[in-house]
Amino acid sequence: MTLFGDPAIWLPVAFAGILGVSILLYVILDGFDLGVGILLPLADDAEKDRMIASIGPFWDANETWLVLGVGILLVAFPTAHGVILTALYLPVAVMLVGLILRGVAFEFRIKAPLERKSIWNWTFFAGSLMTALAQGLMLGLYIMGLEITLINVAFALLMALCVVGGYAFIGATWLILKTEEALQTKALIWARFGLFGAAFGLAAVSLATPFASDRIFDKWFSMPAFVALAPLPIVSTGLLVVLWLSLRHLSVSENRAGDWVPFTAAVALFVIAFVGLAYSFYPYIVPEKLTIYDAASAPESLMIILVGTLVVMPVILGYTALSYVIFRGKATELRYD
Amino acid sequence: MEELVLARIQFAANISFHILFPTITIGLGWVLLFFKLRYGASGDERWIEAYRFWVKVFALSFALGVVSGITMSFQFGTNWPGYMEKVGNIAGPLLAYEVLTAFFLEAVFIGIMLFGASRVSNWLHTVATFCVAFGTTMSAFWIIVLNSWMHTPVGFELRDGVAHATDWWAIVFNPSMPYRLTHMLMASGLTVAFLIAGLSALRLLMGDRSDSPRLALKVGVYLAAVLIPLQIYAGDLHGLNTLEHQPQKIAAMEANWETRSNVPLLLFAIPDQAQRKNHFEIGVPNGASLILKHRGDGVVPGLNDYVSADGKPLHPPVAAVFWSFRVMVGVGMLMLLVSWFAAWSLRGAGAAAISPWLLRGLVAMTFSGWVATLAGWYTTEIGRQPWLVQGVLTTAEAVGPVSAPLILSTLIVYLIIYAVLAVSYIAVLVHLSRKAAEGSGGGPATGLAAVTD
Repeated sequence: MTLFGDPAIWLPVAFAGILGVSILLYVILDGFDLGVGILLPLADDAEKDRMIASIGPFWDANETWLVLGVGILLVAFPTAHGVILTALYLPVAVMLVGLILRGVAFEFRIKAPLERKSIWNWTFFAGSLMTALAQGLMLGLYIMGLEITLINVAFALLMALCVVGGYAFIGATWLILKTEEALQTKALIWARFGLFGAAFGLAAVSLATPFASDRIFDKWFSMPAFVALAPLPIVSTGLLVVLWLSLRHLSVSENRAGDWVPFTAAVALFVIAFVGLAYSFYPYIVPEKLTIYDAASAPESLMIILVGTLVVMPVILGYTALSYVIFRGKATELRYD
Repeated sequence: MEELVLARIQFAANISFHILFPTITIGLGWVLLFFKLRYGASGDERWIEAYRFWVKVFALSFALGVVSGITMSFQFGTNWPGYMEKVGNIAGPLLAYEVLTAFFLEAVFIGIMLFGASRVSNWLHTVATFCVAFGTTMSAFWIIVLNSWMHTPVGFELRDGVAHATDWWAIVFNPSMPYRLTHMLMASGLTVAFLIAGLSALRLLMGDRSDSPRLALKVGVYLAAVLIPLQIYAGDLHGLNTLEHQPQKIAAMEANWETRSNVPLLLFAIPDQAQRKNHFEIGVPNGASLILKHRGDGVVPGLNDYVSADGKPLHPPVAAVFWSFRVMVGVGMLMLLVSWFAAWSLRGAGAAAISPWLLRGLVAMTFSGWVATLAGWYTTEIGRQPWLVQGVLTTAEAVGPVSAPLILSTLIVYLIIYAVLAVSYIAVLVHLSRKAAEGSGGGPATGLAAVTD
């Protein structure tokens, strides 16, 4: 396989790409699931059912992108997997407990006796919140190079709050898309609050990342990169304006046409933030310590995974799209028959 | 040293809790497809009622399997970083194929299977049900391939101390894989058969007046009665395969210290690894030789052949393997007894005359599959120690740098959560059964009358 040159060079890049896509899809897709969970206590009982119905058919598959992400990290960059996960042992454990609680609460709340339902609703909320906080902590510590110092932990805690805000925000825009009437009105209010959180988080990451290392600073603030990268902050600002206008418009609109705009814009915002981060750290997979080339598995093993991925990934995307088409439109009550 | 023990306990706790749920969903997915196809063919409402009840059990079990499985995928890295460093080139692709060909398939189609019945055509819903069942089985296939490779590693070479694949065909179809896969798939079938029979019996005892649980009970009993002799035969073949590739495991299973002929089949013993002998042996003369070599004077390997020059044991801890194996076989024999007796009782006469004692017996056996499956896995996994990958990597070499207090504190949290979830799971199964029984017009008050009249 010398078609594209030395596979020891391009295979790690290809897998960094697959890893990036998996994590991005996870953050967007489970992001809105977790956001809905975080917003749950703000709604009344009937609305809670509807909120969970809006994510019911999807959350399982959404979470699978995390398994693929950590799986690709494990199989394509095993050394990095060990370094990152042992450095982040505690937040990873908190996240896993959160994911467990969230996932089981989803089932238990409808199958357990009625008087236990509110306990499982709280479990659902707590699990979603823990997961988001832990992921924010992990992101913060990763940005700061996985070094545990007071300032880094303080930054990571700030990131934890930002990720909670960001997920709540995209969750609220999802609810605007998938619900109607009073609940949709509430979601619009949540989204307007969440927008400030998202904007703040975006600014915090953008400011902190270049100062985490000189290398990243130079990548952004040298010519011609500075000009080439200018669209990122400009488009992000534009999206924030679009979101603000759209939310204001929907709040006063009678028929609420264009209820898809906030979610779409929120997704675009997440994509841009992710591209910015990915650009900052490439080609490092453990910041400033290990590049994707240092950490990659043997080419013959990567090749056999790549072939499988290229064959299977379009199929996965196909039936994932099928599921979103089947459950399109406003969320209805979840029924097994 | 402490880190190693705690990392092992934590991993064992997680994987033990996890396997309970895939063991149910692998078999139950196919049973659900069977219910649905039977309904399609016969139009008999009882089949779709059975489907609707059991799909709830499936959804709950599936969620528990998914969340505990995610924990596993992270713990490979947090607990055993040395594992991926040494054999990542082999384990990696196998795990990747599990995610790509199984996890997404089941996770997407379970949404359609559970909530899509009113939104898609019947055939697409049937296809979704098939995809979920197929996905769970594919997942079992890949993970059993990897696990079997750890017992019987082939198709690779070590370069600079790292395993590199040389023959993927040999890796996938490694010597113990077909036996382990068959044994596990049938274990799943048996677990589900006794779960269905047990919960259906519980519903009848609670006074369920609908015909559906009687039908499901029959399905469970007959499935168990057919599978258990096949399972015993497959288990025997698996044992012979282990004798060939991991004789030290067989020696531990039989608690046989010296390589010799005419080895008895021990029914009871207290293996003492310090003194390297057994206390209070009760055995069937020549039994182990007969089972393993098919002749009374067959030579069975002994544990004392697996001790290093400086006296360190190179074989697994004997008592744990010996007793796990006996628990598994004991439960298997009980399954044979109960399922055949139940099948015989159910013949011809119709389910109306099921004796309440038989129902109680089936209720008692509801989770027998879990016990046997766990005991079987403990036998084979503890039986591989001190190796993580037989002959290639020891468990001690693979452990990570995480400190003991950190592992211990997270272990305690996991244990509390798993205990709460296990209790909640069983409580919800009972609750669903009671709700179904009350919904059928029956109830606890009319309980036994409805069964015996």
